[in-house]
Amino acid sequence: MSAVAPRADELGLVGCHTCGATCSADASHCPRCDSRLHPRKPDSLARTWAFLIAALILYIPSNTLPVIYTSMLGRGEASTILHGVVEFWKSGSWDIALLIFIASVAVPSIKFLVLGTLLVTVQRRSGWARLQRARLYRFIELIGYWSMLDVVVVALVCALVQFHLLGTAEPRLGIVFFGLVVVLTMCAAMSFDPRLIWDGEKGNPE
Amino acid sequence: MTLYPALIVCEHCDSVYRRHDLGVDEIARCGRCRAVLYRASRLDIDHLLALTLAAAIVFVIANVSPVIRIAVSGMHNEANLLQAISALSQGSALLVGLVAGATLFGVPLLQIVLLGWVLLFARVGRRAPGFGVAMRVLHWIRPWSMTEVFLLGVLVAIVKLSGMLNVIAGPGTYATVVLTVLITVLAKRDVRTLWERLSDKTEVEWAE
Repeated sequence: MSAVAPRADELGLVGCHTCGATCSADASHCPRCDSRLHPRKPDSLARTWAFLIAALILYIPSNTLPVIYTSMLGRGEASTILHGVVEFWKSGSWDIALLIFIASVAVPSIKFLVLGTLLVTVQRRSGWARLQRARLYRFIELIGYWSMLDVVVVALVCALVQFHLLGTAEPRLGIVFFGLVVVLTMCAAMSFDPRLIWDGEKGNPE
Repeated sequence: MTLYPALIVCEHCDSVYRRHDLGVDEIARCGRCRAVLYRASRLDIDHLLALTLAAAIVFVIANVSPVIRIAVSGMHNEANLLQAISALSQGSALLVGLVAGATLFGVPLLQIVLLGWVLLFARVGRRAPGFGVAMRVLHWIRPWSMTEVFLLGVLVAIVKLSGMLNVIAGPGTYATVVLTVLITVLAKRDVRTLWERLSDKTEVEWAE
C-alpha cells in the first residue's frame, strides 16, 4: 500500500457508521439504513471530555468506598477493590490478584491516560505518531469492558454466600460507582472520533 | 441521494478504497491506519443461523442452571446468572444491578433474538419485517455484550470462594463457556454485509 488513499471529505463522500454504506456527503440520512450521517461524530471532543471527567470524579469513590460487605461467623468486614486484591495476594492467589488488579485498576487508568492524551493531541492538531495513536484508540476500545469483572464477582459472591448467621455477603455503594465508571469510560471511548487523529494530515504517513 | 456500493470508507480514519473480493480468511486493512475494513467469512447464512440457534439453546441452559454451587458445614447454596444479578440489585446497588442485567443478560438475549430473526428471512433471500431497525439495534448494542466478562467473573468467584468453602462449578458454567465461544464467533462476523446481499433495489438509486 504505497499510494495514499484519498479521504472521504475530499471526495464529497461520507461513510455510514451504522451500516457501512458509502454515501454522498450532501445526504443527511443514510439512504440505505436511514441512520443520521455525520462526517465527524457530533461534538466529539466536548462529549468525550465530559464523559472522561465524570468517570474520573466517580473513580475516586469507586476506589475509596467498600464494594462488598461480608460477615463470617458474626465477624463483619467491608472491603474495597484494592483490599480485595491485597487479600488474594496474601492468600497466595497472586494470579487472581493480578487479574483483578489489571481489570479494576490498570484498565480504567490506562483508559484515562490514553483518552486524555488523544484528546489533547487532537485539540493541538498534532501530527505526532498518528498511526500509533490510532492503534492506541483501538486498543482501549478492545479492553474497556473487561473492567466489569469486579461487578460480576461481587454479584456472584453476594448471591452465593447467604447462610444467615454463618456467613452473608451484600453489595456496597462502591460497586455502583465502579460500574458507572466502566459505563462512562466506554461512553467516552465511543464518543471520541478516531478520524480526528488524521485530520490536517499532509503527505504520506509512512 | 446516492450510494456507492463499490467503495468502502474506513471507519477509523475516513480513507476511501475500492472494494475487492477477498479469498477465504483474508482481511482487508486500511493502508493509512491499519484498521480492519472488512473480512471474508467462510460462514454462510445457514451456518450463522445454525450457530445462532445453538447460542439460543445454550443461552437458556446458561441462565436456568446454576453456575456455582457452594457447601459449608452441611449447608449448601447455588446461584445462576439471574440470581447473581438480583443479588446485586439490593438497595443502594440497584443501579449497577441494572447495568449488569443489561450487559450480561438483556444485550446477549437481544443479539440472539434479532440475529435469528434477520437470518431466518435472509435464508430465503428476503429482508425480515423490521429489518432496518433490527440491523441498527444489533450494531449499537454490540459493544455492550459482556458474556465473556461474566465467564471470567465466574472463574474468579470460584477461586475466591474455594479458600473457605467447598465450591463446584455447575452446568451453567459449562454452558457459559460454549455461549461465550458462540457469541464471539457470531459477533465477529460483520452481519452488515446483509444490507448488500438483501438489497432493496427499489428504494435507492445506485451509482457507479
